[in-house]
Amino acid sequence: MSDGAKTLFEKVWDRHVVAEEPDSPSVLYIDLHLIHEVTSPQAFTGLRNRGLTVRRPDRTLATMDHSTPTTPHHMPMEDALAAAQLKALEQNTGQYGITLYGLGDENQGIVHVIGPQLGLTQPGKTIVCGDSHTSTHGAFGALGFGIGTSEIEHVLATQTLLQRKPKTYEVRVDGQLRPGVSAKDIILYLISRIGIGGGTGHVFEYRGEAIESLGMEQRMTICNMSIEGGARAGMIAPDDTTFEYLAGRKHAPHGKEWERALADWRTLPTDPGAEFDTSFFINASELEPMITYGTNPGMGMPITGRIPRPEDMSPEQRGTLEKALEYMDLRPGESLLGKDINVVFIGSCTNSRISDLRLAAKMLEGRKKAPHVRLVVVPGSTAVKHQAEREGLDKVFKEAGAEWREAGCSMCIAMNGDQLEPGQYAVSTNNRNFEGRQGKGGRTFLASPVSAAAAAITGQVTDPRKLFERELAAV
Amino acid sequence: MEQFTQLTSRLMPIPTENVDTDQIIPARFLKVTDKEGLGKVCFCDWRYLDTVAKLSDADAARPNPDFVLNDERYAGAKIVLAGDNFGAGSSREHASWALMGTGIVAVISTSFADIFRSNALKNGLLPIIVSPETHHKLFEMVESDPNVEVTVDIENDTLRLPDGTTETFPIDNFSRKCLIQGVDQLGYLMGFKDQVEEFEKDHVVYGAPIE
Repeated sequence: MSDGAKTLFEKVWDRHVVAEEPDSPSVLYIDLHLIHEVTSPQAFTGLRNRGLTVRRPDRTLATMDHSTPTTPHHMPMEDALAAAQLKALEQNTGQYGITLYGLGDENQGIVHVIGPQLGLTQPGKTIVCGDSHTSTHGAFGALGFGIGTSEIEHVLATQTLLQRKPKTYEVRVDGQLRPGVSAKDIILYLISRIGIGGGTGHVFEYRGEAIESLGMEQRMTICNMSIEGGARAGMIAPDDTTFEYLAGRKHAPHGKEWERALADWRTLPTDPGAEFDTSFFINASELEPMITYGTNPGMGMPITGRIPRPEDMSPEQRGTLEKALEYMDLRPGESLLGKDINVVFIGSCTNSRISDLRLAAKMLEGRKKAPHVRLVVVPGSTAVKHQAEREGLDKVFKEAGAEWREAGCSMCIAMNGDQLEPGQYAVSTNNRNFEGRQGKGGRTFLASPVSAAAAAITGQVTDPRKLFERELAAV
Repeated sequence: MEQFTQLTSRLMPIPTENVDTDQIIPARFLKVTDKEGLGKVCFCDWRYLDTVAKLSDADAARPNPDFVLNDERYAGAKIVLAGDNFGAGSSREHASWALMGTGIVAVISTSFADIFRSNALKNGLLPIIVSPETHHKLFEMVESDPNVEVTVDIENDTLRLPDGTTETFPIDNFSRKCLIQGVDQLGYLMGFKDQVEEFEKDHVVYGAPIE
C-alpha cells in the first residue's frame, strides 16, 4: 500500500472502531440499525430477560416486510403465526421507543428499500439488519451487512458489534452494458464466475466505468447480491449520482449540514494507489442477459448458453450439479431458451424499486402475459407502490394480466402464502434460487426485470433482446 | 449455553456442497417468536417425505429413510461432516438453533459462510475448518465405517481423526475463550460503555434522528 492510501471500506471501518483489544475482535459502532418482524423477537426477549434498554432508539428503525401479506393490508390476517409475530414487533418497538413503520403506513416496505428511500442510508455509515441483504446499502458507500439475532440484541443494547475486519475485494467492471443487459446481469455474471463462496471473508468494492454510469437503484441491485457471492458487504464509492439521489430526502442532511456532509462524503472514495487483497475484472461490453439454471445463485449462465455437463466439472462440483439438475428437472447440455415456465415474479429487495417497475412496465406496455403464466408484481415499499400508481404503471401491469400487490418480500422468501407450487418453474427477479426458496418443490430461474418481462409474455425463457428490440432501443 | 472443551462423537455425513440456511431451516418455520422446537424441522424438506407446513405437523410426518438424520447408523452423532461452504445464504440464526435442537454441537467443513459462522459461535455450535485432504479422508472413513469417531479438543484447537492422526483447526483466541469459559459476548460489549459514550461525542451521523 502506498503511503497510507486506503480503500473506501477501510475508511468507513476506521471511522467506526470504538475499541481494539489485543486478541479480540474490534468493537464497531453502528450508525443505523434496521429491524423487521422475523429475526428480532428473540433479541428483544433477551434484552427483556437481562433488564436492558435500547441504547439508541433514534438510530433504530423497524418495519414489517418478511411475513406480511401482499393482499390489501387493512384486511385481517389469515396466518395466526405471522400475525403474532407482527404483534410482537408492535409490542417490542412500543416498549423500547423504536419507530415502527407498520402495515398501512406510507413508509412501510422492505427494509432495504425504505432505508434508502427515507435518506437514512448515507455514505460512510455503518448499517446493520438481521437480514443478509443488508449489503444493499453499500451502494451509497455505506458499510452495510447482515447480522444474526444475537447480534441484533448486541446492537440494541450497545449500538456496537464485535467484528473482525474483513479483507477487501475489488470487482472492476469496465466498458458499457449493451441494450437488454442490466445491473442484475453484472452481479449474476460475477457470482457465476467466483461461486457463492467466492467472496467469503471479504467486502466487495464495485468500481469502474460501468458501475459509475449506473443509477442508484441499479447499484443497489448489485450490492444487494454481494452476499450471494459470499461477501457480507459490497460497496460503491459515493459520487454525484449518490448525492443527487439523497438530496432532499427525509433523513438526509439539509442546508449547511448538507454542505458539510457533502464535503465529508467526497473524501470517502478509495485513494489512488490503495491496494485490495483480491481483484476480479469484468468487461461489461461482453456481458449478455444472465439466467440461473441450478439451485444456488452461482449456477448461472448467459441466457443463450447451455447447462454445463457434470463430466466437465470437478468430482465435488459434479455431485452438486447433478443434485441441482435433478431438483430442477433439467438436463446437462440443455438450453433454457423456450423452456415453459409457470410464474413470473417481479419484486424483492433486489429488483422492486421504481426504476425496476418502470423498466418492466415499458416492456409489458400494450402486451399480454401468456395465458398459462401467473405474473406477480410486488413493489418494494408502499411509497414505491403509490409512486408507480401515480405514473399509471399499475394499469400497464394489470392490463398485461399481472397481479399488482401490496409491498413486501413476498415470493422471494415465500413466508406469506405467495409461493410456487411443487414442480412449478418461475423466472424471478429476486436473489435466491435455493431449493424450496420460493415454495417447497418450486424451481427458480433468477434473471433481470427485463428478462422476467420477456418470459411473462411468451410463457417461456426468452432472450429479451429479440422480443424487446424496439423498446430497448428507446431506453 | 452448554459448554464443552473436548468431545468425542461419531459423524453425520452431509456431503452436499453449499448447504444453505434455507435447507437447514426453511423460511416458513421462521414465524416464531422463540427458539424452541426448531430441531424437529431442521433440514425439514430433505428429512420428511410429507410436506410439513407448520412446526406442529412435523411429528406426524413420514421420515425420508434416505436422509442422514433418519439413518439409524448415524443416530446420536453430534458432529455434522458437511460439504464445502456450509451455511450459505440467509442470516437466520434459526439455522444454528435448529441444528443444536437436533443435538448437533459441531460442523466440520472446508469453509463456512461468514454470517452462519458468526451465529454458530454465539450459540456454542463449533464450526471446524479442515483441509480438503482431511475433509476427503473423513468422508471416506465414515463411508466405510459409520461408527468411526473423531475427538474435538477446543483448548488445543485439534481434531483427532479416526486413524489417530490429529489436525489443528483455526479458531481465534476470543472465540475459543468464549466457547470454553462461556464468555457472554453481550456482557463483554457492555464493558465498553464508557468508550462508546466517549466515541459518540465526536462521531457525526448526519440528518434528522429517527422518531
